[in-house]
Amino acid sequence: MARMKFICDAERCIECNGCVTACKAENNVPWGVNRRRVVTLNDGMAGEKSISVACMHCSDAPCMAVCPVDCFYRTDEGVVLHDKDVCIGCGYCSYACPFGAPQFPSNGQFGLRGKMDKCTFCAGGPEANGSEAENAKYGRNRLSEGKLPACAEMCSTKALLGGDGDVVAEIFRTRVLNRGKGSEVWGWGTAYGKPVQTSAAPVNGVTK
Amino acid sequence: MSGVRRGAAGAAALALLLALVACGERRQTLDSSGKRVDEPAWAASTRDPTFAATGWKAGDKSAWEQQIRQRNQAQNDYAR
Repeated sequence: MARMKFICDAERCIECNGCVTACKAENNVPWGVNRRRVVTLNDGMAGEKSISVACMHCSDAPCMAVCPVDCFYRTDEGVVLHDKDVCIGCGYCSYACPFGAPQFPSNGQFGLRGKMDKCTFCAGGPEANGSEAENAKYGRNRLSEGKLPACAEMCSTKALLGGDGDVVAEIFRTRVLNRGKGSEVWGWGTAYGKPVQTSAAPVNGVTK
Repeated sequence: MSGVRRGAAGAAALALLLALVACGERRQTLDSSGKRVDEPAWAASTRDPTFAATGWKAGDKSAWEQQIRQRNQAQNDYAR
């Protein structure tokens, strides 16, 4: 099995925040903590685009690299998780993460910054799968129930895809091809541009 | 004169001893953290089986992987 990944289709996302609600409800996420959020570019203008963002479970996660107490770990399925019993709530991971995934509960009279909380890909934490302790600290462990993250499964337009990286990539590829598009949509072309057609054709096997 | 030499030798020995004390300093590298080993998602667990999806058996890794792949297809509206 490939690594577990999320991908959000900006052509389909309608900014309904169903994924955010599903995540909060499924994992009992406290007020002020948003493991997932919807970001809209050019909001209110024609052609606005929305995308649902959470922890991307990076293959080379910067949060793991900077954590001074080494509280992060990666599961066999490539899900980046952390041990809240080890976390000291320093916030380094928050600065390192390019997606703003690490969240810190700040409830309490003195504005305390608690231990870090983030998307777990609905895979819980180091406690026994499905245990009360795991549920209290990390929320629901849907992967151990043979299910996929609630946000992706709840998405009404199926804009947010989550699961086996190979499978979600294939689903997305099928969509893009059905739209009559190619690599220019969220692919190689987006990242690196289209190949430049050189006018100089090879002459006698030598390109000028 | 021999007393002076003895004193100098003693001071040198003391300086050497103090210098060697540093060699006995404990390593401060982080060999291992206190984090625990997580249970694989496909392993048998204490979860309530009423919440588990049907079609796979806990403890069977390949059945779990197959279950996840099949469930993934529910997100594929070109396959429904």
